[in-house]
Amino acid sequence: MLTGSVIVLASFVYVGLLFAIAYYGDKRADAGRSIIANPYIYALSLAVYCTSWTFYGSVGRAATSGIGFLPIFLGPTLMAMLWWYVMLKMIRISKANRITSIADFIASRYGKSQLLGGLVTVIAVIGIVPYISLQLKAVSNSFSLILKYPVLAPDSQAAIPLLADNTFYIALLLALFTILFGTRHLDASERHEGLVAAIAFESVVKLLAFLAVGVYVTYVMYNGFADIFSSAVEYPQLRKLLDFGGTSVDYASWASLTFLSMLAIMFLPRQFQIAVVENVDERHLKKAVWLFPLYLFAINIFVLPIAFAGLMHFPAGNMDADTFVLNLPIAQRQSLLTLTVFIGGLSAATGMVIVETIALSTMVCNNLAMPLLLRLTVLHLQERADLSTLIVGIRRGAIVGVLMLGYAYFRLAGEAYALVSIGLISFAAVAQFAPAILGGMFWKGATRRGAICGLSAGFAVWVYTLLLPSFAKSGWLPISFVEQGMFGMHMLKPLELFGLTGLDDITHCLFWSLSCNIGAYLFVSLLTTQSFAEQVQAALFVDAHIGARRPRAESLRGDASVNELIALLGRFLGQRRAHEAFAAHALKGGARSAKELKPDAELIHFAETLLAGAIGAGSAHVVVASVVQEEPLGIDKVMNILDETSQALAYSRQLEQKSRELEVATAELRSANQRLQELDRLKDDFVSTVTHELRTPLTSIRAFSEILHDNPALEPAQREKFLSIITRESERLTRLINQVLDLAKIESGNAEWHTEQFSLRELIEDAMSSTSQLFSDKAIALDLRLPENLPPVVADRDRLLQVMLNLLSNAAKFCRDESGRVTVSGALAADGLRVDVADNGIGISPDDQRVIFEKFRQVGDTLTQKPQGTGLGLPICRQIIHHFGGRLWVRSTPGDGATFSFLLPQSCILAGHAAAPFRKFGT
Amino acid sequence: MKEPGIHGQRLIAVFLLGCLLLNYPLFSLFNLDYRVFGIPLLYVYTFFAWGLLIALTAAIVERDPD
Repeated sequence: MLTGSVIVLASFVYVGLLFAIAYYGDKRADAGRSIIANPYIYALSLAVYCTSWTFYGSVGRAATSGIGFLPIFLGPTLMAMLWWYVMLKMIRISKANRITSIADFIASRYGKSQLLGGLVTVIAVIGIVPYISLQLKAVSNSFSLILKYPVLAPDSQAAIPLLADNTFYIALLLALFTILFGTRHLDASERHEGLVAAIAFESVVKLLAFLAVGVYVTYVMYNGFADIFSSAVEYPQLRKLLDFGGTSVDYASWASLTFLSMLAIMFLPRQFQIAVVENVDERHLKKAVWLFPLYLFAINIFVLPIAFAGLMHFPAGNMDADTFVLNLPIAQRQSLLTLTVFIGGLSAATGMVIVETIALSTMVCNNLAMPLLLRLTVLHLQERADLSTLIVGIRRGAIVGVLMLGYAYFRLAGEAYALVSIGLISFAAVAQFAPAILGGMFWKGATRRGAICGLSAGFAVWVYTLLLPSFAKSGWLPISFVEQGMFGMHMLKPLELFGLTGLDDITHCLFWSLSCNIGAYLFVSLLTTQSFAEQVQAALFVDAHIGARRPRAESLRGDASVNELIALLGRFLGQRRAHEAFAAHALKGGARSAKELKPDAELIHFAETLLAGAIGAGSAHVVVASVVQEEPLGIDKVMNILDETSQALAYSRQLEQKSRELEVATAELRSANQRLQELDRLKDDFVSTVTHELRTPLTSIRAFSEILHDNPALEPAQREKFLSIITRESERLTRLINQVLDLAKIESGNAEWHTEQFSLRELIEDAMSSTSQLFSDKAIALDLRLPENLPPVVADRDRLLQVMLNLLSNAAKFCRDESGRVTVSGALAADGLRVDVADNGIGISPDDQRVIFEKFRQVGDTLTQKPQGTGLGLPICRQIIHHFGGRLWVRSTPGDGATFSFLLPQSCILAGHAAAPFRKFGT
Repeated sequence: MKEPGIHGQRLIAVFLLGCLLLNYPLFSLFNLDYRVFGIPLLYVYTFFAWGLLIALTAAIVERDPD
């Protein structure tokens, strides 16, 4: 039978078992063989999320709102899928910076602000302590229920004297447990392995206990799920629980509760403690993202059946639905099951209380007590050689303090509304941390003032719209505050702020508080600027995933002696531990002992991080700064920074220059390539034209040869005529080939040039006599008009003769027969010596004037008229004159003859003779 | 553990799926007075969707050889 002594004994045996497990866990950890270093223990310890509020309260909630109890568990399931991004980053940041609590996390992110750390701590304590009371109340209630076994007790609020209250002793026992296993190490950032092992064990116990009662109710009392729900349909008052309300309010609160619990699973201090601080290996997170939701799934399967069974079993309505889990086995007189359920509820409550207390006490010690002590009694602290015992003392005091605060609140609030609804109210309180933490992890621009304003605004709205109304409903404040609003102003009704209706209390509070919180956070962050320390921390947090290092600018900080640092840390951590830590650090850096360490910025940072694990980042920063003299920025250091910057600038300018040069070179290459392609095309044209030109004489030679060959009896006169044609065409062919070769030579620059001095007059006369036959054949008059005393010319005589011959024969070719007249004249011009060859022939049209200097272009219709030349003469002439540096051109009016002229530049005229004739000309 | 990578992205997709499945308006489609094997349809749907999400999450992270 379950008697009081049996129950008390069982409770103490259970707590004793926890001690044993925690002790074993710590022993194994000390021996280096951790029992919690696996993902299953990690996932189980995360289930500290399920408190007695889950164990007893879920059924209570389900009994009033059906499936409405589920968002509290669906939220964490959804959030777990984002852990891979969010939680992983939190773990990495916290390990790198030895973060000890959520307050430390926020304070550290915003430039190690003590003010911010204190603010977060205050919010957490005010929000969470009632939540701890709720657990104590659950333990107390279940005690009083089970003590009356097998009598069903609807409620049990007879005032119990303090010393007779079992809850008080449970609270003391939990404080002892927490002190023993929660403050073994001074360094709060170190893991509490035994404690985590005990929490994981508690998670197993509460799950098994709940499954046991669930299976019993569903399969022993009824015949499975279908049976329970089918029976429930018979009760008209239960029918409405079978489906969802379906109004917009119901859906809105469903969504907002899901969202709220998503934030709670991240930012409840106990969840941060277990998931981040106690995390052994970040890889454990991988399995936890589905094992933890699976745990939540399992513990909720039987909630609805138990709720319906309870409602059907105790239809009178005088039984609190929160007690169904325990009262159903009691009513069935299942003493063993009753005891199991009781132990399960006890484990759910104690697990939460232990972890939450550790988390809160660390915050209170590091973020409230230490800053105050450091500020108020600096001189006193400086005198004390060893502060480590003081710190441990503060932390132990904080543990007892938090627990006693929770117990006091429980005694004070009792059955009040304030306690019943505190679970969700606490969730809403910690949700205020979300903007500062998430924003701080992903947005570098968030500033300390922004975080302070956002947190303060959100917290204030939370107090006004949720905490104060709950006080009013408990009778601690006039209820008119809720019904009429503050000062009787309806716009300020706390549950319908500014007239916003249609939402439940939690959704209403969540909307206003988070709006104000995020609004103030963003607005103030965007308006204020970060200090240097904030910028450094912001970069460390936001870039944690890429292994951000402290910027080099940190080296601007001044120096302190190594001994000073060790002595300072020794006061807080104990001398032995400080020396060991520095020695280990020295070994890691390649030095043989701590004496060889250089007191540089890196070492100061190491000392600060080490200290942060014990007293929090904000306090550590202040303490280390007290021995490290922050050097003012020396001019040389400023110059160094400027120098680095200007080097970077110069380098970038060089790059720009190089890229511009490259662009120019690319453009040049492109145009060169175009020219090459053009030349290639010209070459192809030239080859095909040459071949065509060669074929013409060849064709006639071959045709006449064949005639001669095929007709041996040809008349001699005819024969003679054909042979002469063959000879002429052969000559033309030879000439053509010679000219092609000649042109190719000149163009490629391979032609041989024999420069000599000669008289232009003689040259012209030679040419005229060579061509005199042509002129006399056609009876063309040939005149020469040359001034006397033309200066001698220095050039290749043969080439120039070739030009003259070509021009003369051209003139002869195109002159009219009989009345033809060709005039050769020469004159000294300002820029050289000019020679004109004028005829009175058919002339050249302006179109033809442009093309006659191109290769193989002859004037006249080559299809109908027999070509009179090779089409290479003029191009060759122009090449030759160009080679001398002069010009060759033509002026002509069609029908009125043409004048070909060339100009030999001054450089071809023998020096000394150039000016004289010119002067003579002028007279 | 390496960077979130493709598995992280898949988890986000499942997260979005979860937000869709377990909320208005999809949720309201199953809010009917109808029972599957005697169990209200809404209960069956909610727990089924929940279990499905957990299974998907497990499948995604356990496929990662790391």
